[in-house]
Amino acid sequence: MLRTLGNVQPKLSGSITLNKLPLEQHSTTGLAAEVSVVLTEPIASKNLTVLELISLGRQPYTNWIGTLTAEDREKINIALDLVQISELKSKKCYELSDGQLQRVMIARAIAQDTQLILLDEPTTHLDLYHKVQILKLLKAIAHTTKKTILFTTHEIEIAIQLCDKMLILERNQSTFGSPCELIQKKSFENLFPADTITFDAQTGSFRVNK
Amino acid sequence: MVNISLGSVSIPLQETLKAIIGKATKVDSWSYIIWNYRIPKAFTAILVGSGLALSGLLMQTLFRNPLAGPFVLGISSGASLGAALLILGSSLFSGIFAFGMVNDISLALASSIGSFLVLLAVMVVAAKIKDTMALLIIGLMFGSITTAVVSVLSYFSTAEKLQQYVYWSFGSIGNLSWNQLLLLLMIIAIGILISIFSIKPLNALLLGESYAKSLGVNMNRSRYLIIIATGLLAGGVTALAGPIAFIGLGVPHLTRQIFNTTDHKILLPAVLIYGAILMLICDTIAQMPNSANVLPINAITSIIGAPVVIWLLLRKRKMIF
Repeated sequence: MLRTLGNVQPKLSGSITLNKLPLEQHSTTGLAAEVSVVLTEPIASKNLTVLELISLGRQPYTNWIGTLTAEDREKINIALDLVQISELKSKKCYELSDGQLQRVMIARAIAQDTQLILLDEPTTHLDLYHKVQILKLLKAIAHTTKKTILFTTHEIEIAIQLCDKMLILERNQSTFGSPCELIQKKSFENLFPADTITFDAQTGSFRVNK
Repeated sequence: MVNISLGSVSIPLQETLKAIIGKATKVDSWSYIIWNYRIPKAFTAILVGSGLALSGLLMQTLFRNPLAGPFVLGISSGASLGAALLILGSSLFSGIFAFGMVNDISLALASSIGSFLVLLAVMVVAAKIKDTMALLIIGLMFGSITTAVVSVLSYFSTAEKLQQYVYWSFGSIGNLSWNQLLLLLMIIAIGILISIFSIKPLNALLLGESYAKSLGVNMNRSRYLIIIATGLLAGGVTALAGPIAFIGLGVPHLTRQIFNTTDHKILLPAVLIYGAILMLICDTIAQMPNSANVLPINAITSIIGAPVVIWLLLRKRKMIF
């Protein structure tokens, strides 16, 4: 679904509107200045340096051959600082850990300077510590830059603690609201079969029934 | 220069320079040899080397595969098939081809069409199968089909035609006339021009197609432009100079190592230059200075190119592009 929202994959049915205009009526270049994505698929060339990779985020704004202007360089540096990876600048991507690479991909999306950033399961392949780090980073970025950051995740427990708004996708109906509202609405109670996992509204966490 | 001065008839460097700038040489025939044989050949080597190297770079980026090259993906096989059908088939279907003599233009056209068809087939397969390994195997299969068709055709054709084909398949950059050279120059110039306009999409493709699309790249248009450029470069070169191995695969890797970058703004001119240099070196070796024999250039590029690729692999332990 996120890939469809990011105009990377064609939609199956329904309609998507961005800024009151259907997604398909946006030009490809116009959309690139509105929405940036971080996908689950690995990048094609791990031989890129971090700086080269983040610079590619400026493509929607550069000329026909992709020359970086002073403004582009400034935006790239801002992105590097926000994600705190300035010291990785000249490393090659194959030298990075999964967590570092994910940060670089987020920096690239920030450098693309869009109002909306979509991330497809940004925390997969990471351990608990790095999962929390990435999500805390995203929250900080959303609050400091006033960008909308939308991501999909299976990590409900961390999401409950860190997200501003959540949309729970279920087969029959999906509910949307802040984590507290959703807890009050008892939206999490029936998420999993009650004989295996139950939700503790007091602590906002799930419990495995032994 | 060295390349021009060396050959069956050894001409001193000084005299070579004289001939090039239009002064009389000690021996009259030297000037003739240089202008009508050596210089066209050197130019051909430059064009062939840079054309193949660039087509290799385009394919490696487009297919996101370090093993891609005109040979591995069957593009050269396609060109061979086109050439074989024309040279060998002309004797078999003499009735149909009565009007079409085997001349340079038709040979170039046939091999270009052949390489384009294979490239299109590979693209169709690539769209269906995301697995790049499968793609490479399919490229190899195209190679096998070509070999098979060529064997069938050669069984039916005359010895003379067969010889013509075998010589073509050795790869030769020695017998192109100025007119053929001009044709090759035009084909390669168009290929380079399209590539220059594709630099931005090529760089975006380093992240993969989905990311490229999200960066505002019109993927359909860019993909076709890059394929057309590759087809022109690889097809044109193979058509006029025969199949020449490893330049297309090896030079982009060599260049990436030397410049330590993936930016096509730098890589594109760099592979053109390195392709040309490597081809000139290979050609100089192929001529076996001071002897009357000329080795098939295709063999030389393989002998030099394959160890280079192996060396790169051993040094890096993995092939990244």
